[in-house]
Amino acid sequence: MSEPRLEAQNLHLWRGERHVLRGLAFTLGAGECLQITGSNGSGKTSLLRTLCGLMWPEEGRVLWSDADIRRDLPGFQAHLAYIGHEPPLKADLSPRENLRYWVEMRRRLSRQETGEALERVGAAQWSDRPVRTLSAGQKRRVALAGLFLMGAPLWLLDEPTTNLDAEGQRLVGAMIHEQLARGGIVVAAVHHELVLPGGALRRLELAGE
Amino acid sequence: MSDTATSASEQGHALSSPFAAAQLMVARDIQLALRKRGQIVQPLVFFAIVTTLFPLGISPELSRLRDVAPGVLWVAALLSSLLALEFLFRDDAHDGTLEQHVLSGQSLTWLMLAKTVAHWLLTGLPLSVMAPLAGLSLGVPAAATGGIVISVALGSIALSLIGAIGAALTLTVKRSGALLSLLTLPLSMPVLIFGARATELAIKGSSYAPPLYLLGAMAVLGVTLAPLAAAAAVRISLE
Repeated sequence: MSEPRLEAQNLHLWRGERHVLRGLAFTLGAGECLQITGSNGSGKTSLLRTLCGLMWPEEGRVLWSDADIRRDLPGFQAHLAYIGHEPPLKADLSPRENLRYWVEMRRRLSRQETGEALERVGAAQWSDRPVRTLSAGQKRRVALAGLFLMGAPLWLLDEPTTNLDAEGQRLVGAMIHEQLARGGIVVAAVHHELVLPGGALRRLELAGE
Repeated sequence: MSDTATSASEQGHALSSPFAAAQLMVARDIQLALRKRGQIVQPLVFFAIVTTLFPLGISPELSRLRDVAPGVLWVAALLSSLLALEFLFRDDAHDGTLEQHVLSGQSLTWLMLAKTVAHWLLTGLPLSVMAPLAGLSLGVPAAATGGIVISVALGSIALSLIGAIGAALTLTVKRSGALLSLLTLPLSMPVLIFGARATELAIKGSSYAPPLYLLGAMAVLGVTLAPLAAAAAVRISLE
């Protein structure tokens, strides 16, 4: 595959009566991380959902490796991993089962890989308990394991550090750092500055009302 | 650990085939249903109650019951399949897994078909097994069992598919039950008419093939078109 490149051109997005994104444009190349900040309701989540093709902008377009993502949406989406506010987990399944049904939709996964990823995020001890019995922070960690296992070049993260303790926040920083080091792209919407152990961090502040 | 991290993106890991993804979807939904039995049992209990109350309400005379049996069986089957529809996408939309299915890189139309297959296995199939049993209480002869099972099985395939469109369209509506029935009932009328006709002919002991062919045609039409419509509706709902 050619070098990954994410480009937003002149994005305009309306939510109901509100014009949330007004002519937003940026280009991200391999190994770059864009940190989006802004007050509540400034359109951080809407921007992420537009970038992954869940929402259509009223104007403008998103390009992935110089091709409009709308031309081959599933093909583009196979290259991205998006994690929203809520970790996408089934409450009645265990973390291990959740990861299987979530990640294997996309790529084949060995038991060992899943085990290693769960260990990495510190979820090994409770990987067979139903997700409904886990705390918000523990669920977030399972979602991080999923993110890790997907092996996608593009990460779109909405508040990746919410509910995480200090150690968990460092883990997010380390994971993003590794992703950038292997030539991936990360776009993260955050309230608190990301703690990265180095690497190119670009900032974008969305203006509120 | 960082070794496995690099290998994940460098090796261009083995992608899951569409077939494997569909299998996972069906396996997941069945596993979830088994953990949360109430959701599958409720429509079946409803069906059993409605069909067994009729003999008490009308008359215990078997000849009269036999006349109304096709209608009773089919109306009960239709309503109980409506009951089960509300849960089809709601939980997945709620916990964000539906979003991940959209983003999985697999064809959403194909995944919707898989999801409907799982839904039918959990609702339509048990219903078609139960229908002849419920028929016994309505004076239906045992000879009609085959006809009833086949007609309810075919009809419920069509109902699941029609319902999937309605459920996807009403995903963002709170307390969508009423709207969902309003949307899907008119579309399910042909299934009800031909399904009841096939059952009636089966009870009389004559050939029930013609209405069965029509039910089959509706199921085939549903299999080809409904997943497309449901996928489009899901995309709209997630916007």
